[in-house]
Amino acid sequence: MASKVNKQLGDNFFLTRLDAAASWARANSLWPMPFATACCGIELMSASASKHDLSRFGSEVMRFSPRQCDLLIVAGRVVMKMLPVMQRIWLQMPEPKWCISMGACACSGGVFDTYAVVQGIDRFIPVDMYIPGCPPRPEQLIRGIIDLQEKIMQSGTYNAREFRSRDNPEGPGRFDEGELLRIRERNTLDLQEPDYDPVH
Amino acid sequence: MVESAIAEKFATTKFAWSEFRDQKRVVVPAERLWDLLKFCCTELKFNQLTDLTAVDHLETPDATDRFEVVYFLLEVESGKRLQISTFINEPDLVLPTATNIWSGADWLERECYDMFGVVFKGHPNFKRLLLPQEFASFPLRKDYPQQGRGERHNFPVITRAEG
Repeated sequence: MASKVNKQLGDNFFLTRLDAAASWARANSLWPMPFATACCGIELMSASASKHDLSRFGSEVMRFSPRQCDLLIVAGRVVMKMLPVMQRIWLQMPEPKWCISMGACACSGGVFDTYAVVQGIDRFIPVDMYIPGCPPRPEQLIRGIIDLQEKIMQSGTYNAREFRSRDNPEGPGRFDEGELLRIRERNTLDLQEPDYDPVH
Repeated sequence: MVESAIAEKFATTKFAWSEFRDQKRVVVPAERLWDLLKFCCTELKFNQLTDLTAVDHLETPDATDRFEVVYFLLEVESGKRLQISTFINEPDLVLPTATNIWSGADWLERECYDMFGVVFKGHPNFKRLLLPQEFASFPLRKDYPQQGRGERHNFPVITRAEG
């Protein structure tokens, strides 16, 4: 059928699925919300500046209002006082939306294994793309955005129904306090309290 | 000179003076602390409180008291400095506020409470400075584990479907 139509109308239009058309448009006009809390934020700024020029890939329109954005880029460590703010920003962003966890600290807490630093934002909000590095270079961020665009084009739907089935927490769960003691009991090890608190 | 002036004013109080690399340090009992600070500010012209913090002596060998609260004073004109220390113990971690002497003590005292749990009585706006108000422990105490007591994991998890 397509060839028949093409014969009559030439190259003036093409046929595709609605999902593919919507995803193609969305992937090439990502509007990032920069959530920059540390040195990764400097690399993020550098990526969108003239030298690395993120706009070549159609995602340079940084907006500082979550209502206008569809891509949350968490760049840097998130502390426990900042996490509710981040969750609120995520909830304020309109669908469809995606999240990039940029750098070691956002992905896993990095070297900051202390009481205040969240050990990976994926424990509390969904993450679509992880970018390793400390901090990652702008090229790595651009690569991550290109990969995310690919992901959107492959799995995106026009009414964002691919998100509906993802109703389970996707990150690592909370460490179970009793687990360590149960393991010790099972192996008949010393039942003394550990020196450090196992909840981390 | 500072030493003799203080000794003259507080004749009945016993001070422990020490010196390290020209930096004078005086240990004062907690009940005379405010008077001494006031005297240092008004009479001895120590017009800046450069720092106020605490030390937890839980793991110090041969320490008799748990908390040492330290005041660093500076006389801006001559650059003269003085360190004033006082020792307090649980459960009575209360000191008079220094905000009515140096208003710069405001945030320093709140931070000291935030990290060590020392209460400064008479402070105009006494609450935690850095940590969330609902935080239940004092992280710079030596018996607080570095990874915390699970505070950093005490949040709701947002899934992709509900976000």
